[in-house]
Parts: sequence; C-alpha cells; structure tokens
Amino acid sequence: MRCRECGAEYELQATHVCEMCFGPLDVVYDQAALKKVVSRDRIEKGPKSMWRYRDLLPVEDSVPVVTLGEGMTPLVKAERLGAELGLRNLYLKNDSMNPTNSFKDRVVSVAISWARAHGFETIACASTGNLANAVAAYAARAGLECFVFIPVDLEPAKVVSIGVFDPNVVAVRGNYDEVNRLCSQLVESTPWAFCNINIRPFYAEGSKTLTFETAEQLGWKLPDEIIIPIASGCQFVRHRQAARELVEYGLVREDRVPKFTGAQALGCAPVYNAFKSDTPERVLPVKPNTIARSIAIGNPSDGMYVNRIALETGGVVEAVTEEEIVAGIRLLARTEGIFTETAGGVTISVLAKLARAGRWNGDEVVVAYVTGHGLKTADVLATANGHSRRVEIEPTLKSFREVVKI
Amino acid sequence: MGRRRLKLIFGSAMVKEPVIYQLGKQFALVTNIRRADVTRDQGWVLLEITGEAEELDRGVAYLESRGVKVEPAEGDLVE
Repeated sequence: MRCRECGAEYELQATHVCEMCFGPLDVVYDQAALKKVVSRDRIEKGPKSMWRYRDLLPVEDSVPVVTLGEGMTPLVKAERLGAELGLRNLYLKNDSMNPTNSFKDRVVSVAISWARAHGFETIACASTGNLANAVAAYAARAGLECFVFIPVDLEPAKVVSIGVFDPNVVAVRGNYDEVNRLCSQLVESTPWAFCNINIRPFYAEGSKTLTFETAEQLGWKLPDEIIIPIASGCQFVRHRQAARELVEYGLVREDRVPKFTGAQALGCAPVYNAFKSDTPERVLPVKPNTIARSIAIGNPSDGMYVNRIALETGGVVEAVTEEEIVAGIRLLARTEGIFTETAGGVTISVLAKLARAGRWNGDEVVVAYVTGHGLKTADVLATANGHSRRVEIEPTLKSFREVVKI
Repeated sequence: MGRRRLKLIFGSAMVKEPVIYQLGKQFALVTNIRRADVTRDQGWVLLEITGEAEELDRGVAYLESRGVKVEPAEGDLVE
C-alpha cells in the first residue's frame, strides 16, 4: 500500500491512514506483472460478475471470495432521457440491480473477502444505510459476526432491509458525524474489520469494477464523461484510477481518461462549494441537511481529491436543490423505467442541469452512474405527491369514462 | 494510553491563537503535528494527540470550546 500524500509504502494490512503524514493509503499493484496477464479475452472468459476483474482487485487468486453475484449490472442506452436532454449517446449504469440494490455490494464483496481471508471474525461498518445493508448481507453469506453502526433516525425502509440479515445493529443517538467519530475510536480498540475505515483501501478498490464494466459494455471504450454522485468522494477517486488502469493495460483503445463530473445535493455540498471557490482543494465541512441522506457527508474524506480529478480531467462538480432531486428521480422513472433513490436523483438532476446549460453538443458519450434503488428512499416521493397521475373512481364503466379521458 | 488522529480546522479568528501549545500545557497530552496548511485567514492541522482516554476527551472539548472545528484526521468515512 502507498500513501497518496507522501508516498510512504506499507505491507498489505488492515490500516487506512499513513502513520507518517495521516494521508490516505491506496493499494498498489505490480503493474509489470499484471501487464503480462491482463487481457480482454481473459476478462471476458471470467464469471458474469465483477469478479471477472479479479486480477485488478486486491484479493489473491487462492482466496475464496464472498459473493452474491454483484456487478455486471445493465448499461442502458437512455434513448428517451437522452432525447429530452439533447444527448444522443447517453448511458445509465444501473447499479441498483446489485444484490442489495446498491453500488455498495461491489466494495463490500472485496472488503469482506479480504477480511475473511486475513483472519477477521467480525465485520463492521458506520453507515448511512446502503453500506450497512450490503455489509449485513455479505457477512451473513460469509458466516461472520457483524456490527453495523447507524444513526438512530435512519430511514425505516433501510433499517428493515438491514435487520433481516440479523446483524448487531447499533443505533447511535447522534448524527453521521458522531457515528463516524465513535467508529474511528472503536477501530483503535477492537479486532474488527470496519469496511469503510481500517480496511478501506481494499474496500475502495471494489469501486473500480463499475468503470471497468462500463468500458467493457461500451465495447471496450471509455466514455467522454461520467457523472458520479459524491459522498466521501472515495468511489470518484477510484473511478479515475480504474480508467487509468484500462488505458495502462491496453484494455481500451483510448489513451485518455474520461472527464469525471461530480454531483452533490446543495443541502450537503462541501465539495461543490470548494469547486466553485478560488481554493478548490480546500474543502470546508458543512452540516448536512438534505433528503439525499446516503450521500450526506459533511466532511468528505476524499473531497479535495474529487476536485483535483474533476479539474484535471475537464469535469465539473455541480449541485442541485431538494426539489430538483425529486424531479430527477421522476424524470429517470418517467423516461427510462428506472426507479432510483435520492442519490440517483442527485446524479440525474445534475446531468439534466448540465445538459440544459449546454455543456454537451449532443454527440458525446455520457454515462451517469445510478447507484441505488428507489425503494430505499420511497418516502421522499410519498411526501412529494408520489402518484401525480392518480385518480379515484367507482367500480363502474360510467365512472371510469367520466373521470379518465382516453 | 490512547491516541487520536485529528484534523483541526481554524477560521480567521483562531489563526493567531496558540491552541496546540495550550493543549499540551493545560492537559496531560503529547501533541505531534503531521501536516498543516495555514494561511492568514484560515487553516487546518493534522495532529496526533496521545494520553489517557479522559484527558483526550478533555483536550478535544477544550479545542472545541475555543472555536476550533475538530474532525477525525481522515474525515467522514461513513458511507
């Protein structure tokens, strides 16, 4: 592992922060050896899951992986949404089709596979919901003890879908910040593998498979631009790394990476705020207040790197209002038949905002990552007139004809 | 003995105050700066503090009482 800031190197171990400078640690690979092994053919002959990219993940070949068939989710050409936004080559990577209906299955499958192989008996996480859902499911699959830490007021639908896997649920009387602080201290005093803390470098690597798949499903081509929701910024950073690896190993024709564009809710937009300022790498914490709770991270760990990557690649970071988030959910559902959660609403409404502002000429290949299913946050639609075309009638033809104009 | 890895964030009002010096003086804590970026009107410091658990809590409470925003060094990792 190597520190992203000072370059100090470490043996593979359950730690996420450089002891020298407190910078984040990333897993590094023997690129020369991988170049000899990795090929399109080898990948295409692999399993129909994200584990077809195993050579590019930090789990040794001898290790049995903990899998529920995550990955290889549909890449949908969005004809109707594209027509509405003036984009002729718009694609949606629908990661709500993963086993627990969010992108998190990718990262958790890698994290738990690594942790089990390295002797951990208890898996834990601090979560806004989707991660806890995935951790609980994969811990059950692996037969490991599981602790999930959530804020006490987490959305009821998410609590139910976590609880069914029978983990130890610790509901913390506090906000995400406080859950985070508690878990940061627990890491120091428990022998547990916290997916998003001490084994974060391995966990984060699972994100790359989303971009690997996107390129493969486009016929081994990188798109011109990718729109990604920003919470901690962890996955955003790994997607650029994934694109670099695709180029490095000759898996794609291009010799450049896509533009990486980030999406935030204005109710929690520390990365966007910094992006718009004179000092984009100085991300100041905010107090989150948004319905997009799965991405409501006030002090994002990788915020400065998101802005660096957006600027380096020609992308932007944009943010949308609460009303726009709901409108984004509806727009995607109405045009493409895909029901996404609030984080997906953020992504789609940022896509729409940028398209309507004339960011693209219409021929670019643009991909939006839809990272979670709408049933996880259906309550936001219930309070925002979820059935806008609903009518009520008597059980008679007469009543039907009176009320419904066909 | 325990330790915390903290990110201290200062606004313009705090930049001139020697809060890290006071932290070491008023509490039984060892302070160790790992990285920092301080300008005239704002800044952050990545700081390791080592001491007994109670003293660590008191030290953090002191910093917050002085108006310093105290976060884990690695930021929010909740996902």
